[in-house]
Amino acid sequence: MSLTRAQIESIAHLARLELEPAEVPLYQESLSRILALVGELERADTGGVAPMAHPLPGLTQRLRPDAVTEEDRHELYQACAPQVAAGLYLVPKVIE
Amino acid sequence: MHTHTLTELAAGLRAGKFSSVELVRAHLARIEASQPVLNAFISIAAEQALAAAAAADRDLAAGRGGPLAGVPIAHKDLFCTAGMRTSCGSRMLDNFVSPYDATVVAKLKSAGAITLGKLNMDEFAMGSSNETSHYGPVRNPWNTDYVPGGSSGGSAAAVAARLVPAATATDTGGSIRQPAALCGITGIKPTYGRVSRYGMIAFASSLDQGGVLARSAQDAALMLREMAGFDPRDSTSVDTPVPDYVAALDAPLAGVRIGIIREFLDQGLDPENERRIREALSLLERLGASLREVSLPNLPLSVPVYYVVAPAECSSNLARYDGVRFGHRCQDPRDLQDLYRRSRGEGFGAEVKRRIMTGTYVLSAGYYDAYYLKAQRVRQLIAADFRRAFEEVDVLAGPTTPTAAFPLGAKTADPITMYLNDIYTIGANLAGLPALSAPCGFVHGLPVGLQLVGPHFAEARILNVAHRYQRETDWHLRTPERFA
Repeated sequence: MSLTRAQIESIAHLARLELEPAEVPLYQESLSRILALVGELERADTGGVAPMAHPLPGLTQRLRPDAVTEEDRHELYQACAPQVAAGLYLVPKVIE
Repeated sequence: MHTHTLTELAAGLRAGKFSSVELVRAHLARIEASQPVLNAFISIAAEQALAAAAAADRDLAAGRGGPLAGVPIAHKDLFCTAGMRTSCGSRMLDNFVSPYDATVVAKLKSAGAITLGKLNMDEFAMGSSNETSHYGPVRNPWNTDYVPGGSSGGSAAAVAARLVPAATATDTGGSIRQPAALCGITGIKPTYGRVSRYGMIAFASSLDQGGVLARSAQDAALMLREMAGFDPRDSTSVDTPVPDYVAALDAPLAGVRIGIIREFLDQGLDPENERRIREALSLLERLGASLREVSLPNLPLSVPVYYVVAPAECSSNLARYDGVRFGHRCQDPRDLQDLYRRSRGEGFGAEVKRRIMTGTYVLSAGYYDAYYLKAQRVRQLIAADFRRAFEEVDVLAGPTTPTAAFPLGAKTADPITMYLNDIYTIGANLAGLPALSAPCGFVHGLPVGLQLVGPHFAEARILNVAHRYQRETDWHLRTPERFA
């Protein structure tokens, strides 16, 4: 199947990715080809087969006790942030 | 000193044949000299390494220090290192200095290893040629017009050129084994859950696994013994004891049943490459192993399954790069949407964007069942094929890659051609199995690799088979002339 320009723009919007106009046809072409490759899956008979979400059979996600284990290190963690003030992450105004 | 293996270096340091400072200086000089040619490193930590080496020398003199005391290594730039930039090969994290160490980094540090720097890689580990790195491509030490493979291309090139005796790496669809094959070294991807993923920057969380690139199976065993083990900080880490991989290396091969994967020896495999694989298999037979052909009928669907599952998980994992808490932020965002869109549009390269969009599409409303659930069902079939095969054999064997290394730029125009490099390696990731690649000869002057896959947690067995093979061959000892 071939993806349209509008579909690529919609996917890019969902993924919050700004694309240059010239990039759109490139992704149209390559994503269409990837979906054609993926289309080979249709020939597999998967009737009655459960989806596999974890690579180790029978293992489930471990849980830990609901206890505070971390100390307050927000200054260290915010040292790599683009913009902080008074311990808060700054972003453009959301509500006018 | 660069001619010694990791095992020899660890022993030499303990015996006082050379100091860690001498060793670190010698390797740093090789790294500096190689950078303009190979571009294997993104960051070099000379001062930190020399300080750590001096401390290691004091420990060694006092009869202390771990099994890797004073030995120089380097990390793929995907493992978080406190106080040292961790870029993941991306402009997005060009300014990111991690506030903490990955568990793998911390464990190797406490074993005494010295970090010389951070190794180049495909951006966010998405690539098979190390050409998607924001820091430029890495070149293959055997022929610098050729790619080293990817995504752990910097790790592989550095070990092959004897810049470090061993390096960490990660493997989501072949990113340890494929560059190991293309650079003529040994690389192991352990069982999913064997090595902690804490502090490993996530790409596809049901597939990612940390491992080792080294010269020999013996060196890989030594590294892996220190890296593996349960970590409460990784919810997918498995609480199973770590066997002594080094002690298990010499077990004889008599009675070991090796299955040759039929689906790997048909179309697509270079006939010269196949000849090297068959020669390696005959040698294993002479060493006492028994060979039989086995069929894994669903295995040819590995690539399509992977290109649904991996992008889906990638689109979810990479949603964290929003320009707010860390990483690249665009200039003067108009509003929050603009901040997200431009920070991500500028911070990610073309291949990463392609995978995020593929993942977004296959997870989007109306397509989830047709793509994502279908792929997860076929993944189940592939895992079942492996389970059945391991009822008959102890180890599966085949080629690591369809061909030897290819020239830089040869496959960058067509993502599908690039994806097909991983046709033989992806299956082990989908099934969570341990797998390694060991050098088994050359085709037109470029190395090729033999792949061995074991059942879950059978790292010791595949390392043992590779080690017995390496006791009889010298492919793993060959060094590119320019770096001898």
